[in-house]
Parts: sequence; structure tokens; C-alpha cells
Amino acid sequence: MVVRTIWFKISTKCKRHESKTPTIWLAVPINKISNSFAEAVADIPSGASIMIGGFGGAGGQPTRLMLALRDLGVDDLTIIGNVAGISKTTGYGWPDHLDPIDQGMFFESGQATKIICSFPVPGTTNPLSDIEKAWREGRAVVDIVPQGTLIERIRAAGAGIPAFYTPTGVGTTVAEGKEHRDFDGRTYLLEEALSADFALIRAQKADTRGNLQYIGTSRAFNPAMATAARMTIVEVDEIVEPGGIDPERVGTLSSYVDRIVSRDAGDPLP
Amino acid sequence: MTSPRANSDSISGKDPAPRLDRAAIARRAARDLVDGTTVNLGIGIPALCADFLPEGVELRYHAENGILGFEELSDPGEGDPNLMDAGGKFPKLVPGMAFFDSVESFNLIRGGHIDVTVLGALQVSRAGDLANWMIPKRGIGSIGGAMDLAENARRVVIAMEHNARGDIPKIVDECTFPLTAPGCVDEIVTDIAVIEVDRENSRLILRETAPGWSFDDVQARTAATLEVDREIVRMA
Repeated sequence: MVVRTIWFKISTKCKRHESKTPTIWLAVPINKISNSFAEAVADIPSGASIMIGGFGGAGGQPTRLMLALRDLGVDDLTIIGNVAGISKTTGYGWPDHLDPIDQGMFFESGQATKIICSFPVPGTTNPLSDIEKAWREGRAVVDIVPQGTLIERIRAAGAGIPAFYTPTGVGTTVAEGKEHRDFDGRTYLLEEALSADFALIRAQKADTRGNLQYIGTSRAFNPAMATAARMTIVEVDEIVEPGGIDPERVGTLSSYVDRIVSRDAGDPLP
Repeated sequence: MTSPRANSDSISGKDPAPRLDRAAIARRAARDLVDGTTVNLGIGIPALCADFLPEGVELRYHAENGILGFEELSDPGEGDPNLMDAGGKFPKLVPGMAFFDSVESFNLIRGGHIDVTVLGALQVSRAGDLANWMIPKRGIGSIGGAMDLAENARRVVIAMEHNARGDIPKIVDECTFPLTAPGCVDEIVTDIAVIEVDRENSRLILRETAPGWSFDDVQARTAATLEVDREIVRMA
């Protein structure tokens, strides 16, 4: 089989090297299938910004990709998520019989220095979540964004829209320093698009071209994040031949997907 | 008829009668939900409203994570992680349900297609300002969908305990906690009262009190002036 390769460039803003922005060249084979989770994340560099799909909770979360990224050991990561890091201490969105895994793992391991999300801490501080602990110890910057603004910023980035106006957040601390403008007698805020170097997302099924099918409430942030990153890596239960997904049921187009990795059959993780 | 302004940090005296429990607050808030409307229930007491819908009332529940038309269950136990509500619980698959992504979910909210949201609160002001996402002392909090819901739902109902621990008033002249949205609250249902917010005139109108509670009892536990413009009804 001839594997053609597309080369493209990723620029990351690395806090440790503010004087120079490192440029990383990535090779993306036309064959999108990775053989393992480790291989799928192997070229993610320190300093990268990474969107992690799902809503918060087990469904729709790319848990195997997250574990592989943790094992890769890169650091200075910026994580972009939604409900982030509350499952481990509250059980949020995980069936009772399983130990929850959440985005807090990158703060527990010291790999992440920033999170952009809507819901970083649970109502209770007993016990402290990994994100709150890192924040209290000055190890992490936490940027809290209203959920509708967060998803629209991601959607805008994927749609080539640099900024948009929203009424959400007017009159709150979220509005500080932002442009305000009135339309039809109501005040709106200017919010900017949000992209990332990588998106780790989760779908039920991919075909070999990269078309994705989702199930139930597992969509959440996944489809928008797939469009907003320079490299989108997807974790699925199953890879099928073209035609194995009904075209009426394609939830993310193959154009947005760079890499696909499948779980082993019977994986006990949800 | 207006009472003298309440003192914002002193509440004296014993409660004149028991306060309603969380379920009773939810039952009262649920009584105002109208058949056929699209409703988003926040976590905590608001989510309990689903257990107390009046007979014949069917709602179209929306949850931020991308589900419409589900049956909200307060304690569904074990479940399917791919069939979750925004509170992280697992409802049942029922006919007529729809799944969608977060873009669509917030089109519904921001676009004004949610008829009613019932939310919890840390503070509500006389002008209907809502603060429910961060306690300043903690310095970190979670916004989630609350700002979008409070700003954009057609009707915002607060279901909460009237006072915070230590009998601290939560209904105040001006919020001191970071706002979720200014001037958004329509009605407040608590464990001792139902209060309508006249946002245009920054007035709080006491409509109902819990059994055994008088206007003065409720006013003494409220750090904003309450008014009445018709006979106060007993909460039921």
C-alpha cells in the first residue's frame, strides 16, 4: 500500500520559550488509522493546547487518548474542556461501579498549566478536586467561560469566524475588558474564536475515511472541537469500511478528522 | 404597604414555625410549570421539581449536554453513560427524545427557545440580579450553563433555601457575590416564602408564606424590603 503524506505546520505558544515560537511539523498520512493510542498521541509536544471532547462524565470522553497523553509525559499543556475534573471526587457522569477518570489527571500529574472550561470545580471542596488543588497551589491558571460562549467560540474557530456577539455575561465579571455593542436595544459582548493545536475526541464509530457516528448524548463538545483544532484525533469503539456508516447518520465529516484509533473489543472503560 | 427596611446582617429570634423541606420547595416551584413548555432544571432543589409535576402537565425537558424530551429522574441509579443529563445522572430512553451537540443545545438557550429555567441561587437582589456561580471566599467557581440560561430563558425561577447557613440572608438589596446575570429573576420560591420580582421597578412582592410564617417573620430574614399588594396566600 502506498501511503501518501501531507505535511503541515503547528505553532504552539510555549510559556517557557516566549522569545521564540517553536514550529512543529507533523506528518499526516492519508491512511488515518493509528495502531495504538500511544502512537496516536506520540507527536503531541510540550506547550500544546489540547481540546478534550465530551461534556464531562464518561460518555463522549476520549478516555483512552487522555490516558495515552498522560503516559506520554509532555508538559506545559493548555487543556480546553467543558465540565472538567469533577468526576473523580463526585462521580459525576460515571456509573457507580467504576472509578471515574477526568481531565483533572493532567493537573494531578503536573502536565497541564492552564485550563479553559465552564465547570472546573464541583460544589463541594471535600475532598478538593485536582484542578482546584493545582489552582490553590499556583500551579494552574483557570479560565472559566460560560458554556454557551465556550462552545460558540469553538464553533466559530471551526467555521472561520474570528469573533461574535453574545448577550451572555453582560453585567458580570466575564464582560470585563470586552467590547460591548447594542443591537435592537439589547447589549452584547464581543467574544473571540477559540482554536487549539489538537482535539482529542470520542465517537462510537468511524469509517476508514474518518466519517464519524455518535451515540446518544455523547456528542456534546465533540463535533465542534473536531472542526477547531489543527489536528483532530478520534477514539472510537469500532472502525468500519466506507458504507459502514449510513450517510444520514454522519455526525462529523471526514474532512475534519486526521487520525482514528479504535479500542479493543470488550474494553471495560465506558 | 411597605415594611421598614430590614437590617442586612442581623436576624433575631427563633423561627415561628418549621421551614419547608427541599422537596416541598420543589413541589411549590413545580406548580407554576405550564403544560407543553420547554424547561431546563438546574441541579439540586430545581431538579427535584420533576418529581412533583401537577397532574396533566407534561414538559419538554432540556439539558445542556444535548438532550430534549427526556424524563427527569432524581435518582435513576445505574445507567448508560451515553444517555446522561446535565446533572451527570442517567435518565431513561423514552419515545420522542432527541439528541444533539452542544452548539445546538446553546442555540436553544441563547436563541430564547427555553420557556422556563428553574435554578438555585447564592444571592438574589431586589432588581432580580442573580449570583449563583461563585462564593468570593473560595475564589473559584463553576459557571456551566447558568449564565446562558439566566440571561436568555424567557422566565427564570429561583428555588432555594431562604437563608444560607447561619441564617445569612440570600435575598438582598444588592448582590455582593459575582453575578450570573443582572435583572433576570422573575420569581423566588424558598422554604418560607414565594416572592415575585418586579424587575422594572426593583421591587420584591411577597405573594405567599409558609404555614405559621407572617410577613414580618419573612421580612426579618430578608435583607431587602418586601412589599405586598394583595392578600398573602399560604404556601401549599
